[in-house]
Amino acid sequence: MMNDKIKLCYDVPADDFTRAGEASSNVKSKLKMMGVNPEIIRKVAIAMYEGEINMVIHAFGGTIDVVITPDEIEMVLKDDGPGIENIELAMQAGYSTAPDNIRSLGFGAGMGLPNMKKYTDELNIDSTVGVGTTVTMKVKMNER
Amino acid sequence: MGKFFTSVHLKEDLCKGCINCIKRCPTQAIRVRNGKAVITKEFCIDCGECIRICPHHAKEATYDSPEVMKQFEYTIALPAPSLYGQFNHLDDINIILTALKKMGFDDVFEVSGAAELVSEISRKYVEEHKEQWPIISTACPTVVRLIQVRFPNLIEHLLPISAPVDLAASLARQKAMEKTGLPSEKIGIIFISPCPAKVTAVKSPIGIEKSDIDAVLAMKEVYPLLLPLMMQSIDDVEELKTSGRIGISWGGTGGEAGGLLSDSYLAADGIENVIRVLEDLEDCKLDQLEFIELNACAGGCVGGVLTVENPYAAKVKLKRLRKYLPVACSHLDDKELKEAYWTGEVQYEPVFNLGKSMKESISKMSRVEELCERFPGLDCGSCGAPTCKALAEDIVRGVAKEQDCIHILRDYIHKLSDELSKIDIKK
Repeated sequence: MMNDKIKLCYDVPADDFTRAGEASSNVKSKLKMMGVNPEIIRKVAIAMYEGEINMVIHAFGGTIDVVITPDEIEMVLKDDGPGIENIELAMQAGYSTAPDNIRSLGFGAGMGLPNMKKYTDELNIDSTVGVGTTVTMKVKMNER
Repeated sequence: MGKFFTSVHLKEDLCKGCINCIKRCPTQAIRVRNGKAVITKEFCIDCGECIRICPHHAKEATYDSPEVMKQFEYTIALPAPSLYGQFNHLDDINIILTALKKMGFDDVFEVSGAAELVSEISRKYVEEHKEQWPIISTACPTVVRLIQVRFPNLIEHLLPISAPVDLAASLARQKAMEKTGLPSEKIGIIFISPCPAKVTAVKSPIGIEKSDIDAVLAMKEVYPLLLPLMMQSIDDVEELKTSGRIGISWGGTGGEAGGLLSDSYLAADGIENVIRVLEDLEDCKLDQLEFIELNACAGGCVGGVLTVENPYAAKVKLKRLRKYLPVACSHLDDKELKEAYWTGEVQYEPVFNLGKSMKESISKMSRVEELCERFPGLDCGSCGAPTCKALAEDIVRGVAKEQDCIHILRDYIHKLSDELSKIDIKK
């Protein structure tokens, strides 16, 4: 039986900075074993880590589903958090709504979403205030 | 020498087939098969962790015997700075160097002397290559090998400058040839090493085509030979030392980075910590730094598996020794030293790849996931693999089978006996 895709699911716990990055690091090690182009692995790892950290800081955790096919890597990050009020503003480099205690930890530089955009080939944000946010990111396998 | 030479190897008669080494190996290079440990050479980075952990002393490093000195007409000892941290109450490095000559070496060339030159060259290189920041040190061969097989994105950050021992070897050879007029092959450049990875670095070098080192002795074997000779040397000490504080400090973690005279660095040691730093580096989390010093052994080279003294005690001794020394004694003095730079490119070796094509890899990886679901997740090691996931990968690679898992095997036997008992009832 030949499988032409891999589905991976991760839970991202809220407020646990020691575990933030576990999912992206796990995906990274799998992509390496699969012989994916190192440049693509870098993009996936950075984009996914940023998303993961966002879920920890802003959204009381959530879930990440990753689908890997020979053509692309798709990451869907879903949370039931507060939602993003102004997506356009959130996309601006340096804009952050992170509280001071988070910033004092060295997070909340306002580069999360901009980095996610920079390192992916497709980024789609679906967010409703008070309901939650779903971020879908795609990185193509053959594009650099 | 093959591409995947490793210094660490197994003494089969001593191996009991326990799971200590498979659990400790940072690259999961060891399996127990048919009751004996087997090292996969492609995965091994010569860190020596298995030598450290094996309770039966079944793992050892390849190195040369002091007898090797007899093969050469003129020999030069290259002592690593970590050697100076091995002895109690030592306050003059010249005593060790004099004792080395009494041991039969015609001359000594301190690795720490060459280290000061490497520091000077690196200082300039780091300053002039901002685009390569953070630059990763390449003095520890285990770290370079690890990056080569597991961190392809970091290869471009490697400092393309020879390790001090390699530069010391080239300079010592030049010096000896000038002094004696002997041809190169009659001169023996012999390194006294704290670790097995340096043996590998000599036999299959990375970054340079051929090492100038002819033989490598283990520090722990030279130690008992040197002790009585050092006592004899106290009364007629020769002035031989060529290094100061910077050179001596290379023996412990932070020494190399300290020699750069910059604050923007991180120095990590211990192979697991090194891996964590490399992971973060790869995710661009340490981009603000100029330099990253990494040593596979805890404490740095003083923690090498071929040393005698406790690494932290050795570090204190190095600190004491260097206290009244000048900052540096070896200087470039406007020399170019072309031999200090790497001549070859480091290529990524994707040894851990599951499949040859993306399609095959995806299929194999999803099979690994399926198998992991079925295994108990105890990582007990009874199958000979360090984790359930590693067993799943072995199965997919075709080198193990599902029933190597004793839990799967037990279920299978239960099922089988149930079936058999049903047959009995029917009768």
